[in-house]
Amino acid sequence: MLVWVNAIINGVLIGLAYAIAALGLNLIWGVMKVINLSHGAFIALGMFAAYLSVKLLGLSVYTALVPIFVGGLAVGVVAFFVSLYRVLNEKELTTLLSTYALSLIIIGLGTFFFTTNPRAIDTHLGSFTLGYSSISYARIIVGLISLLLAVALYLFLFKTSLGKAIRAVSQNPTASKLYGINTTLVLSISFGIGVAFAAVSGALIASLFPFTILSGSVYELKSFVICVLGGLGSPAGAILGGLILGLLENILTLKIPVDYMPFIEFTILVIILLIKPSGLWGRR
Amino acid sequence: MQKGYTLYWLLPALIVLIVYPILTNNVMLRETIFLILLSITLSISLNIIMGYTGYVSFGHIVYYGIGAYASFYLIYAYKLSLIFSILIGGVFASLVAFILGQAVLSLRGAIFAIATIGINEAIKSLINNIPFLGGAMGLYFDFSIYDKYGGAIKAIWLSYYLMGILTIVCVISAYYIKKSKFGLGLFSIREDQDASSVLGIKTKSYKSMAYAISAFFPAIAGGIFAFKSGNIEPSGAFNLVKSIEMIVMVMLGGYGSVAGSALGALIYEKIKGILLVLPYIKDLHLAVSGLILLIIVQFAPGGIVGFLTKYFKNLRKVLE
Repeated sequence: MLVWVNAIINGVLIGLAYAIAALGLNLIWGVMKVINLSHGAFIALGMFAAYLSVKLLGLSVYTALVPIFVGGLAVGVVAFFVSLYRVLNEKELTTLLSTYALSLIIIGLGTFFFTTNPRAIDTHLGSFTLGYSSISYARIIVGLISLLLAVALYLFLFKTSLGKAIRAVSQNPTASKLYGINTTLVLSISFGIGVAFAAVSGALIASLFPFTILSGSVYELKSFVICVLGGLGSPAGAILGGLILGLLENILTLKIPVDYMPFIEFTILVIILLIKPSGLWGRR
Repeated sequence: MQKGYTLYWLLPALIVLIVYPILTNNVMLRETIFLILLSITLSISLNIIMGYTGYVSFGHIVYYGIGAYASFYLIYAYKLSLIFSILIGGVFASLVAFILGQAVLSLRGAIFAIATIGINEAIKSLINNIPFLGGAMGLYFDFSIYDKYGGAIKAIWLSYYLMGILTIVCVISAYYIKKSKFGLGLFSIREDQDASSVLGIKTKSYKSMAYAISAFFPAIAGGIFAFKSGNIEPSGAFNLVKSIEMIVMVMLGGYGSVAGSALGALIYEKIKGILLVLPYIKDLHLAVSGLILLIIVQFAPGGIVGFLTKYFKNLRKVLE
């Protein structure tokens, strides 16, 4: 019984971290109808930014989140102008390829500088015991920070004028332009926020699991699954999807070998895309 | 439909390329050209679904993997002959594509792309867990399998010949598909699916057929490659990076064009070959292909062929 409780707690905590990654992807899709295939690359960059700030600067992972968020925002805005600005009104194929090209460049440079050796960040936080199993404090902190970030994003989107502008652009770019919203600015900032969320989620995940420069793609694919579960473009859906995926991973692996997990995840992805592309929560 | 002149130079060029290492008996060159032929086959096949029909299959390598596994297993477990096995592998992969296509081709644009990535990853991790297919370790040939073909050296030459034949068949089929009424239907689906459906094109069966055909050639290529290397494993057979390289080749050459896909594959392999040899830079070849793709997408979405035909209108009939 306690095993199950443990799995559920762990599932919720890690699910929240996944949800943060998915939120970034979801925001970008929601605002500009672009599936950001460089998402995984930015997650990996976040991981290495966290690693470097711990190793070289001696920061704790959690303080490093602030500069990583700001850096991610800046990099995201630049990335928007490099890869998307010119092709935003083209077909989806073009934006997919464009963001993928960006990802290739980042991963290629990352492989060059960091090699594909696995790294890990040790948080030295220990764990507390619950019956026979233990839950690490690092996971609890990650869960809490993720929750905080999700709430912050909600407040930003619904309570600030920039957030409202982002939502306006996502609903109708032409009309918001007519109302005097600088759509280019809004689009670039929402891409920046999406990238910043990817980077921060990378840093959070890096504080829990070992990683390489190529790990980003694993979490990118997980983000796709989450977004599809919760409905593309729906922030609340991303949280729900993240929780479902986290719980599935932790509960199912009690009964079946962990190697089957990717198969189950992607089968869910394809099936949901086929029968209910708007996600579990979305309307048709 | 009006016939162009593309095949008149493309086929001789290919035949010269294929025959050259045979005449000079140059093994190094044979390996290079084998890889180029493989890339040409892959990019031309992908072009049928991506360039003609407008469906970007991001995980297209899945059919290469399925074909490779199917034919490898037939040879490995039942000692069937090579040619028979690769044909079965090709038909099997086409069938899988046709069935999956019934479902996933109803998705459009980016959602389709993600679903194809999902299919590739799902099948990769499924095979990772199937014991009789060797799981994550994969399968290895016993060397005695090559005895039937007169030893390993002759078997490798045989796989080279087969690859050459496959490439030529693939080029001819892709060209005639493009020139047929079927191909015209595919192009109209690319431009506007709803409008072409209104005009009486059976979009669903057209798309499924195009998808099945574009799965057939990569599957056979996979079978030949697996036979040649003598082993197979999931991470090599379902390598998403290779899938992306196929897309880069098609985009580089000019999507929708047979000659373009072939040129794109040739040039991409050349660039990659140069980069891989240079010290320090060899780890950067991913970044370089990313840069190429980014530049093409941003500034020359028609690729090399699109760029040339824009300025030299006479080339249109030659570069189809």
